[in-house]
Amino acid sequence: MMGNENKPMKLAYYPGCTLKNQAVNFDVSTVSSMAKLDVEVEELDRWNCCGTVHALDSDNVMNRVAPITNMIRVKEAQARTEGMASEFMTSCAMCYNTLKRANIDVKQRADALATINDLLYLEETKYEGDVDVLHLLEYLRDRVGFDNLAKKVTKPLKGLRVACYYGCLLVRPKEVAFDDAENPMVMENLIRALGATPVDFSHKTECCGAYQTVGKPEIIADRTDKIMGSAHGEQADLVVVSCPLCAFNLDFRQDDAKRLNPDFHNMPVLYFTQLMALAFGCDESALRFDLQHIDPLPVLKARGLD
Amino acid sequence: MDTTLRITSTHAGSSFVARIEKISGQKLLACYQCGKCSAGCPMANFMDVLPNQMIRMAQLGMQKQLLETKAIWMCVSCLTCNSRCPKGIKIAEVIEALRKAALGGVERNDHLEIMALSPEARSVLPPIATISAMRKLTS
Repeated sequence: MMGNENKPMKLAYYPGCTLKNQAVNFDVSTVSSMAKLDVEVEELDRWNCCGTVHALDSDNVMNRVAPITNMIRVKEAQARTEGMASEFMTSCAMCYNTLKRANIDVKQRADALATINDLLYLEETKYEGDVDVLHLLEYLRDRVGFDNLAKKVTKPLKGLRVACYYGCLLVRPKEVAFDDAENPMVMENLIRALGATPVDFSHKTECCGAYQTVGKPEIIADRTDKIMGSAHGEQADLVVVSCPLCAFNLDFRQDDAKRLNPDFHNMPVLYFTQLMALAFGCDESALRFDLQHIDPLPVLKARGLD
Repeated sequence: MDTTLRITSTHAGSSFVARIEKISGQKLLACYQCGKCSAGCPMANFMDVLPNQMIRMAQLGMQKQLLETKAIWMCVSCLTCNSRCPKGIKIAEVIEALRKAALGGVERNDHLEIMALSPEARSVLPPIATISAMRKLTS
């Protein structure tokens, strides 16, 4: 379902807070890669917090208000934009998970949706459960297709050994997962289309410790040691992720992992979109490797990819 | 050999059991202690009571002991337990319900002191970390 020759598709895009702060590299590499794929990405007007971590308790309507407000923004964007479907894409795994689960929840509970629409009485548009939430990986696989995507590669990532880390939010719970919960392969298939070599590693869906990084960084040191150690054990050059919280824990907490385990081997952690942008021949302004804690350039240089 | 062992939720403390079942939307007595939740839990190393033990304690209405554990504050709802439970119990939902019981009292009962962190430690944290931690660990 790529756009035809004359009219590129327009896709509503939800970046999320961290892509406008520490993870600007995720934002610019997402937008630049999509441009290379002839998908016109339009950032949503007035998007707000996704809700950040789905509330699991039954008394949760208040927690759904923030995510559902974004669905109204999508409907507004769709109403004024020709060629835009009633859906939007996000590349952040946390935003995807929280928005998708809130959306599924209100679609199943008419009373909760009615309450939320009542609370949002100042909005001119009502939400009727008619917006779909897509993750970028799912969009690339199902709409663009990895064969088509491979045709846009101008700089194949030949010889680069990549460990694809999914963490939790792309694969759990099963209602939001777009791949197998225990052994997802969508990122590996993308990496292969970019010319790189995915490595199999045991910890690809093991939690990084998430927000415990705030008050208990010693726990993250242990998680990072085990997850990155598992990737290193398979001779990976680097790890790719889709979540800015995983990225922070696996990249910036490597100093703590090294203090915990002197044998810890530092390894770069990139967003999968950065590898796409690199393979599509985007320049440094679309990669922003300067925002990485562990510099990926030595590894890329060793593979002739700098 | 006509001894009958009956386990019910009609013992002392059952109002707590009922409350946790209501907040979590889970049937606590469905658990038969296979331990798969604890086997796969990435936080189990840091817990004083394991997830399957938390469920047992909740079944038995051990409110005070359970709400005093460190373990209920370790879970980050990665949902590995939920996806592997053969009885379909959402353990993470039960743990969140326990937190709600602890956080929802008259007094604040925060389990994160964000201002106790150094300005340097705070400044490197991405918003996704700070917001989620405050949402899940503070009253």
